[in-house]
Amino acid sequence: MNWIVRNLWLVPALPILAAGISALAKRKSRVLAASLAIGSMAISFLLSVCAFAHVLLLRSSGQPTLQFFNFRWFQFGNEWLSLGWVLDPLTAVMLVMVTFVGLLIFIYSVGYMAHDDNFMRFFCFLALFAGAMLGVIISNSLLLLFMCWEIVGLTSYLLIGFWYSNPKAAAAGKKAFIVTRIGDIPFFLGIAWLYAQSGTLLFYNNGAGFLEHSAISHLLAQTTATGICVATGIAILIFCGAVGKSGQFPLHVWLPDAMEGPTPVSALIHAATMVAAGVFLVARVYPLMSAHTGIAAALTTSTALQAVTWIGSITALLGAVIAVAQFDIKRILAYSTISQLGYMMMGLGVGGVSVGMFHLITHAFFKSLLFLGAGSVIHGCSGEQDIRHMGGLGKLMPITFVTYAVGMLALCGFPFFFSGFWSKDEILHAAHTWNISQAPYYMGAFAALLTAFYMSRQVFYVFAGSSRTTEAGAELAHGLAAPDAAGHHASDHDAAGHHAPGTPHESPSVMTIPLMILAAFALLLGFLGTPAWPWFQSFLDGTPAPVNFGAFSSGGMIPVMLSSSVIVLLGLGIGWWFYGRKPIKSADAPDNLGRLSPSIFSALGAALYFDAFYGATFVKLTTVLARVSDWLDRWVWNGAVQTVTYTIFGFAHLDNFLDRHVVNSGFDEGCNSVSRGGKLLSMLQAGRVQGYLKIVAGALIVFTILLLWKARI
Amino acid sequence: MNPLSGFLLLSALIFSIGLAGALTRRNAILVLIGIELMLNAANLNFIAFWRYGPNPEALTGVMFTIFSISVAAAEAAVGLSIILAVYRHFKSTNLDDMNSMKG
Repeated sequence: MNWIVRNLWLVPALPILAAGISALAKRKSRVLAASLAIGSMAISFLLSVCAFAHVLLLRSSGQPTLQFFNFRWFQFGNEWLSLGWVLDPLTAVMLVMVTFVGLLIFIYSVGYMAHDDNFMRFFCFLALFAGAMLGVIISNSLLLLFMCWEIVGLTSYLLIGFWYSNPKAAAAGKKAFIVTRIGDIPFFLGIAWLYAQSGTLLFYNNGAGFLEHSAISHLLAQTTATGICVATGIAILIFCGAVGKSGQFPLHVWLPDAMEGPTPVSALIHAATMVAAGVFLVARVYPLMSAHTGIAAALTTSTALQAVTWIGSITALLGAVIAVAQFDIKRILAYSTISQLGYMMMGLGVGGVSVGMFHLITHAFFKSLLFLGAGSVIHGCSGEQDIRHMGGLGKLMPITFVTYAVGMLALCGFPFFFSGFWSKDEILHAAHTWNISQAPYYMGAFAALLTAFYMSRQVFYVFAGSSRTTEAGAELAHGLAAPDAAGHHASDHDAAGHHAPGTPHESPSVMTIPLMILAAFALLLGFLGTPAWPWFQSFLDGTPAPVNFGAFSSGGMIPVMLSSSVIVLLGLGIGWWFYGRKPIKSADAPDNLGRLSPSIFSALGAALYFDAFYGATFVKLTTVLARVSDWLDRWVWNGAVQTVTYTIFGFAHLDNFLDRHVVNSGFDEGCNSVSRGGKLLSMLQAGRVQGYLKIVAGALIVFTILLLWKARI
Repeated sequence: MNPLSGFLLLSALIFSIGLAGALTRRNAILVLIGIELMLNAANLNFIAFWRYGPNPEALTGVMFTIFSISVAAAEAAVGLSIILAVYRHFKSTNLDDMNSMKG
């Protein structure tokens, strides 16, 4: 077994170790925390590259690319619970992506968080988060994956609520934690059910893992009492966990609120890692997801995958629709993330692992680019997040503008030159040829149109026209909706002091260099997966990758590509028509689209009232239940407890009486008589020496007389 | 009347004088002297019974007496030092003042 396979655990262990050390270090050692986190991440990145190279080497030499290392954790009864890690193309690709994007975000954070008081804590959480995510990726056991998954959930709570003194951030952290937990309960039930049915939680174990043929066919052969295939039931329960983590409809509500966290966290959580974990999970258990009993295997799609596809396409459309009417720069990106995650799920559902994963990888690069660009904008605008109060930043922040535009075009899927085009196009193509329904294709295509529209709207608002940053506006925004500024804005400008507050400026190079690197990848990465040279797909699927330009013309590829290009250009054109044609004059002017139909626009702005709906139903129900429990507690259970208490009190009083008057008085009487006897005897001890001597002399005389008396007889 | 009776009478007289002194005197030093007298009466009895006893050749009586005298010397030293300590404490050698050891 290769060195890198045996020591793959080092990849997640190093960042976790770094987090542990910086948690114990002194609070002020900023350099230590940052260098530990970045250093450990860099080593993890190098190891990941080694792992990737190892997989490439195996592949080129024609050996199986899947290698794993299992070990026994503990024993209960007669069974051993085993954990382990696995190195296959999926793991290798994800490892390189997460460590690389993570490393860039860590470096960027040094600049972004430079003036925060809790710099140490931030890097500690960040490293722990990255470590847990890497643990999710390498684990070869659903149990180990679930443990790392929960650490990811915990650290996301800690990082989203990082500025916990801001009540909105604290609430957002709590919401993210609870909503993802709702998805995790079915996930855990699925794990328990799987263990009960198959007796193992290992993915691969020389034919004994549950993703391998024998276990899958065993699961398929069984049905529950209601007639659902066990494999389908377990797959759907596991998918529920992915729904929570990846912000899929109907559990997407936590993701926009999570924007209350620092922007690097948004980039890390919402681009590269946490939300990708759900998609990754579906890709990892794909053999289980796609298992079905149909005879004609090529023509049917399993029920679980149909669920994945429908949820994904609904989410893709929903996120895109809501993003159109948002004004917060990060919230637009958050809804866009929801929409893109929907695409990935749809891609997994209709096209398989490689289709979904390709979009995941490209999206990780351009979305973290967009988030870090948004962070740079927010940093430059002194904590301003409302796009109505920006404008004209293209001239003031040229590097941010260019890189942001690259990210935006990649996200829109601008034809031929940007990675997003190739990955999104592949999903649409797979959806177009899906055998169940054409609806996901049309939903995806419409979402693509909306994506191009809302991204061009955002870019025109932020970078074009003239600056609408006013002192009053900045103040207003600072009071209203600038949580990012809470720990950051004031100290930043007091400390730096070289520019007046409110004047947008370009960010330092520690922030712009990661942007440029990410922009380069957002451009180039797409060429690894074009239809003509599907290297990425064949790498994941383990098939050869011929260079074949004829692939463009086969299988209805050209019409799909042309139509999606037209859709993107149309979306950008509509965006320009509404927002770019005439510069937006003032921050208070109503939105150009909102003028068409104010009521629909405001409904979209409120995210289709999902939060209000959940608030009025589930949260309300929980509150009512809590009140009922409170009442029961107070009056029923408490009454019972009080009755018992008073009964015991009564017994205690009786006992006390008996003690005092029966047991105690008898004992006291005994004590008193002993004491009296002692007093009587102590009268002999007068303390006079000669008194004792007299007694001795008297006794002597008595003995003498007695002896004489005896001697006489 | 053999010489033994005379010695025994003398020793009884000395013992009685010592006892009377120990019982009647209030001064601790004089009480100690009385006790020494009683002890010496006992020593005299030892010597007398040895000298006029059945086996005067063995030196048992003398040995006993020498031991007794040396023990008495040690006892006197201890007694006097106790009296000295008591005097430092009570500022008195009157035994009637030393009555705090009682029940």
